Amino acid sequence: MKLTLPSRIVLGIVAAVTLAFIYVPIVIVVLNSFSTSKNLTWPPPGFTTEWWVKAFTNEAALAAVSTSVTVAFAATAIALLLGTALSFALHRFTFFGKSTVNLLVVLPIALPGIVTGIALNNAFRTMLGLQLGWLTIIVAHATFCVVTVFNNVFARLRRVGTSLEEASSDLGAGIWTTFRLVTFPQIRSALFAGGLLSFALSFDEIIVTTFTAGSGVQTLPIFILENMFRPNQAPIVAVVAVVMILIAIVPIYLAQRLTSSDSSR
Amino acid sequence: MSTQPAIRLSGLTKTFGSVTAVAGVDLDIAPGEFFSMLGPSGSGKTTVLRMIAGFETPTSGTVELFGKDVTSDAPFDRDVNTVFQDYALFPHMSVLENVAYGLRVRGVGKAGRESAAKDALSLVRLDGYGDRKPSQLSGGQRQRVALARALVVEPKVLLLDEPLGALDLKLREQMQVELKEIQRRLGITFIFVTHDQEEALTLSDRIAVFNEGNIVQLGTAEEVYRHPKTTFVANFVGTSAVFSADEAKAVLGHSGACAIRPEHLEIVRGKTPSDSVTLKGKVAETIFLGASTRIIVDLDAGKRVAVLEQNDLAQTEATIGESVTVAVHKKFLAPLT
Repeated sequence: MKLTLPSRIVLGIVAAVTLAFIYVPIVIVVLNSFSTSKNLTWPPPGFTTEWWVKAFTNEAALAAVSTSVTVAFAATAIALLLGTALSFALHRFTFFGKSTVNLLVVLPIALPGIVTGIALNNAFRTMLGLQLGWLTIIVAHATFCVVTVFNNVFARLRRVGTSLEEASSDLGAGIWTTFRLVTFPQIRSALFAGGLLSFALSFDEIIVTTFTAGSGVQTLPIFILENMFRPNQAPIVAVVAVVMILIAIVPIYLAQRLTSSDSSR
Repeated sequence: MSTQPAIRLSGLTKTFGSVTAVAGVDLDIAPGEFFSMLGPSGSGKTTVLRMIAGFETPTSGTVELFGKDVTSDAPFDRDVNTVFQDYALFPHMSVLENVAYGLRVRGVGKAGRESAAKDALSLVRLDGYGDRKPSQLSGGQRQRVALARALVVEPKVLLLDEPLGALDLKLREQMQVELKEIQRRLGITFIFVTHDQEEALTLSDRIAVFNEGNIVQLGTAEEVYRHPKTTFVANFVGTSAVFSADEAKAVLGHSGACAIRPEHLEIVRGKTPSDSVTLKGKVAETIFLGASTRIIVDLDAGKRVAVLEQNDLAQTEATIGESVTVAVHKKFLAPLT
């Protein structure tokens, strides 16, 4: 398709403005993390690495990072296990209420976080009588992480079909050998992509976490929210935000590499 | 022929919900036989194959393999292997790993299984392709890999589910010859599912013609072709002019329904051959086919027939609209039931 010069110019400007709108604030956060101004005045009066040192020795910040990573790993592990099992159940078997189960599995991703948060909070505290803390956050995160794993694996199973497994079985492989040598290699990249996405979702989740974390456990997003408007803490928050950006970029980069190598196969 | 059939199907039935895919098939297949199941799609032939392989459990009836009832055995416990229609090669493995797979899961060591896989690749004339991925092969090559993969574990029975369906004509004809050679050399039973009647006729020792979940005729290629028992077979295996009992009486002076092959009809100019039925008509169309010409004739008695004439030197051309006499020897009137 050939575009006229004016339309090319207009499109170029729109694209540039859009990208700038997304990335300029991120660049500002990065710059602010090196700013000498405590309340982040703009433009930064000078640059220092003081906040980075402070952030990396700030126990609350470090604890929040470790909490978030732990929660994300645990929720992802649960999601991988349940999501994979679910997608196999829904792909391979027909049973009563199958389409209902399918809908119920996917629904949590569409529910507003605040609804999920209130519902889980009520269920944990009043019905189950649980103390809010690690366990409740992990379970809460797993409810929506399962969906991402399920979606990825289910789509893959549909694409791959069952003929490879039939071939494996036909050639003498038992059920577990077939899974190990044929099925798993076929769904491996879908599991990885689903796992990364689920990790990223859990890592920056704030609404559901607010309702299920209780007072003892602080995840990174909650730490940021609580410290953002405190005097003297703003630059540290900027540092933490930059760290989060770095942590978030890696999985997305990997997931993209993975899907592009998949499609070239 | 051995007393023990390679495959014995007894009252084999499969229903999917309210649909009956296979309706009580009884069949014995001899060891070393090249057996074809021929039928249109939905006739139940593939479902029968899948029940022999173990991918489908029969609703009722039994599958016996050399006298052993395997009806409820899992596919991996049966001494049969399948060449799949879509080949089902493992995309994440090399060609050699694909072929060696059956030996690998049986616990054969790396050196042993790789040398056996190389032999199998050489059997299907793919030496040197072992390191490639299936995606780097052409359709015909994938087909050969699938064949080698199934043969390397030395099955007693090889099931082939429309294995040549995706190949172009030239390649298909070449593979037909190779399949036949391999089958003869290895002496194992081949069960070949196809909807291509020509392929079935070319390859098979015996053919079972399937329609609507059952075998409508069983016999050698020649029997099925020469003596089709029903209108369905007469039309599905080759083409025929089919005469109902009434039509046969009125047009041919023959009692009972019958079918006539186009190549058994000839246009006579001059003396009428003895023991023949002659019919008068007008040439409606002539179609040049290379080695032969198909001449469509509208009989004066109100029936349309096709005449297949060899294009040799003695041939006189028929022209459209010409009045002709068509003759068929009485022995070529194939009675239908």
